[in-house]
Amino acid sequence: MEGKHLVKIGCYLAPFEGKIDFTEQYFFSSGSITTADGSALVKLGNTTVICGVKAELAAPAADSANKGYIVPNVELPSLCAERFRSGPPGEEAQAASQFIADVIENSQMIVKEDLCIANGKLAWVLYCDIICLDYDGNLLDASVFALLAALKNVQLPSVTINEETGLSEVNLKQKNPLIIRKHPVATSFAIFDDTLLIVDPTAEEEDLATGTVTIVTDEEGRLCSVHKPGGSPLTGAKLQDCITRAITRHKEVKKLIDKVIKSITPK
Amino acid sequence: MAAEVAEAEAADGRCRLRRFSCELGLLSRPDGSAAFLQGDTSVLAGLYGPAEAKISKELPDRAALDVLLRPKVGLPGVLERSREQLLQQTCEAVVLGVLHPRTAISLVLQVLSDAGSLLSCCLNAACMALLDAGLPLSALFCGVTCALQPDGAILLDPTARQEQEARAVLTFAIASADRKVLMVTTKGSCSVQEMQQCLAAAQRAADTIFQFYRDSVRRRYSKC
Repeated sequence: MEGKHLVKIGCYLAPFEGKIDFTEQYFFSSGSITTADGSALVKLGNTTVICGVKAELAAPAADSANKGYIVPNVELPSLCAERFRSGPPGEEAQAASQFIADVIENSQMIVKEDLCIANGKLAWVLYCDIICLDYDGNLLDASVFALLAALKNVQLPSVTINEETGLSEVNLKQKNPLIIRKHPVATSFAIFDDTLLIVDPTAEEEDLATGTVTIVTDEEGRLCSVHKPGGSPLTGAKLQDCITRAITRHKEVKKLIDKVIKSITPK
Repeated sequence: MAAEVAEAEAADGRCRLRRFSCELGLLSRPDGSAAFLQGDTSVLAGLYGPAEAKISKELPDRAALDVLLRPKVGLPGVLERSREQLLQQTCEAVVLGVLHPRTAISLVLQVLSDAGSLLSCCLNAACMALLDAGLPLSALFCGVTCALQPDGAILLDPTARQEQEARAVLTFAIASADRKVLMVTTKGSCSVQEMQQCLAAAQRAADTIFQFYRDSVRRRYSKC
């Protein structure tokens, strides 16, 4: 089957002072949903998140005629953990969706101008659906990772506008990958009373923690997002510590993504 | 019910805060209320609590805090939910909820006008409402927004126009104890040094804001 690879991308040691070594295994599978234009399944320890990207055509908005759209949506269905009930999206899912939208916008990983086909007439809309299948903490890291992997997997058919009829013609035989300019990686920390910081917390650690911090960095070491939604206060020095760790972890995660993407060469 | 007007200017000549104004106890039904104005941005906060909680929402060991943010126009959307989560976790970190178990504290914020730095105005209004209601707090907090301009200059308390032109906008909630960081949220990307410079500027500005809080509360209680 085209594009289906399940690769164990290796063990990642969560480096942290005061915590005994343990290895969390990251699994990554790309292209598993054949009906989507791009997809990826990511497992960070037990947390499993799948992202599917569907591309549709639409007319660009009147005030930004040369921009396409990217619409992320994070869903936490009741199957992933017993505290999520079925029904309209809860606060955590909505906050996570807003966070992912902010990461895409801040990091400029996909520039909306690249999604425009014909100025003012036609542009791509990328619907990114991120669904958590198993919630064991650290949802934001896994979602950003899954989104990045799915977008790298997307193949968009080439679209031309027929000059005479003015209609769009989609050529499914000729596909191009998306232009991804930046590769943001999120690193989350659980804070315990301002003294202890744990990287990549599990659900149990998150419940006991007095706060969380999520830092999103790109490959140039620039901060795309620093997200600390309340919780116990941190000194500037501790925050700087988190940022340094996040930058180191970015390099590791990026190496792993590159290794897997290279091994999946589109046929 | 005095209207408090204070001119707030940060020590560093370059980073000026806009004119602040605060009115405490202006609403009669909520237990605590505050209207906070920063330049042309204004937010009205009303706090009810500690009150009886619904059985599904009550927590056995502490108070359940719940924030509602209503935008000026339209229905609350995903952005408001995300801001509510930031405000709720910030307030939970300072309110001594363990003194009031199985109760509910509801904070309702109404945006009256938005001319930039809205989130920090909401944070300031929330803290003033908590003070007005007399809830036990472990520390005070204040909100400061920093905008990084394309040329690298740092602007505190930006207007809407300055926010749009900025390369990055960072909002901090600074606690009064040791000026530690309670909440951070960023928009746009910046380098690590720039973030540290913004944080330092925000911590300096926090001194002025806390002095303003003290003056407001002192004036309110000196008249009663």
